[in-house]
Amino acid sequence: MSTFCSTEVDFDELLKGVHVLGKSVLRVHAADVDKKARFPTESINAMREARLLSAYVPEEYGGMGLNMVQIAKICETLGQYCGSSAMIYAMHKIQVACVVHHAQQSEFFCDYLRRLVEEQRLMASATTEIGTGGDLRSSICAVEVTGDEFKLNKKAPVISYGEYADEILVTCRSAPNAPANEQVQVMVRKGEYTAVPLSTWDTMGFRGTCSSGFELTATGSAAQIIPQPFNEILGQTMHPYSHIVWGALWSGIAMDAVNQARAFVRAEARKTPGETPISAIRLGEADQVLQVMRHNVAALAREYDELRSRECPEVFEEFGFSIRTNNLKLSSSQQLVDIVGRAMLICGISGYRNDSKFSIARHLRDAYGAALMVNNDRILKLNATMLLVHKEG
Amino acid sequence: MSENERKTLVPDIREVLAQHGRFPVENLTEADDLYNAGLTSLATVAVMLALEDKFNVEFPDNLIGRRTFKSIESIAEAITKLAA
Repeated sequence: MSTFCSTEVDFDELLKGVHVLGKSVLRVHAADVDKKARFPTESINAMREARLLSAYVPEEYGGMGLNMVQIAKICETLGQYCGSSAMIYAMHKIQVACVVHHAQQSEFFCDYLRRLVEEQRLMASATTEIGTGGDLRSSICAVEVTGDEFKLNKKAPVISYGEYADEILVTCRSAPNAPANEQVQVMVRKGEYTAVPLSTWDTMGFRGTCSSGFELTATGSAAQIIPQPFNEILGQTMHPYSHIVWGALWSGIAMDAVNQARAFVRAEARKTPGETPISAIRLGEADQVLQVMRHNVAALAREYDELRSRECPEVFEEFGFSIRTNNLKLSSSQQLVDIVGRAMLICGISGYRNDSKFSIARHLRDAYGAALMVNNDRILKLNATMLLVHKEG
Repeated sequence: MSENERKTLVPDIREVLAQHGRFPVENLTEADDLYNAGLTSLATVAVMLALEDKFNVEFPDNLIGRRTFKSIESIAEAITKLAA
């Protein structure tokens, strides 16, 4: 990237701004968002004002044109203040990346990217479907195109922040007679669909993502179908991008827990100056795991940027990269629980309390969600299959 | 292995694909693109292992890839090379 150096400098400034936004908005509302399992309106509006929703949109459309490493950094920063807000941001970014990487040959989607920048529109996704058992690579529902119009009906068990999004990217079969794995993504727009609630979202953590289930019935223009097939979108973008941005925001949650623990240890240390408290040893251990977690995310983010710059999409189909991506998801979701658990031990009863300034309760509840969103067992099974033939080189 | 011998592999390859490919193979020609027909990269693992078992060969790293499993023809070619 020719503008890389100048962007780098601006990016430091941008990141400072994200910290300010995190402190002054996300953190202020995080407890209320969590308690009421409500959409973090204030946080998302603040991100809109900072134009963060178009951070990954190329500069030619008016976006910031940031790369994967930089987007991951933003997610990590947001994660330090409110896990739900950071998760919504990360999920939105995954959808933006799908459009940026796979739809720029379409006039409709180029216009959409310009509108996204101008209006800071929020995109959600409906990938999983009731009846497919969590397998993203097969769909029951199908888009039906007649002339220039499409019709689509999908029963989605979860659509994160679906009610609050301006657009939803829906995965479905490409035609009523297409096989289950011949899929496309269709953009459905607010006002062009009805959503009948199928389930609520009263969960242990990530409560602010409002990931209720809906039956969507949508119509629209055939131009709203992303031109490239979904298997390419998934392999080249959705799969790696998701695990990198999730790992990044989980790192942010872990960082905040470790910072809480540090503050607690420091308060202890003040009581006995000159003597390092025993809990500081645990802090050292937690920090060690945190470093591994953050480095793993950064390494894959860098590899992703590098692979994309080669403009050779086949590299994403190699088992090696898929296995590394899956490993990142597996290890960071486990490390998150590990680190937050250590932080809880350090803070003791103060960490366990909901009403203490050292509370780790929300972090811990959020942490347990990481292994479940795309279940770790499913991912491990995929890796096990690929490892039958893939050798580390 | 002659062209004729290679041809004799085709029915067995079809059988393996039908059993492990997880996509319809009946109407495929020997040159048809298997990935376009619905073969996923993950399913190639099962296909490869079944081919190794059936033909008593082992695919080396340089033959594990999209090019080898592109069509019935390319699979037959790879096995011919391995059995030579």
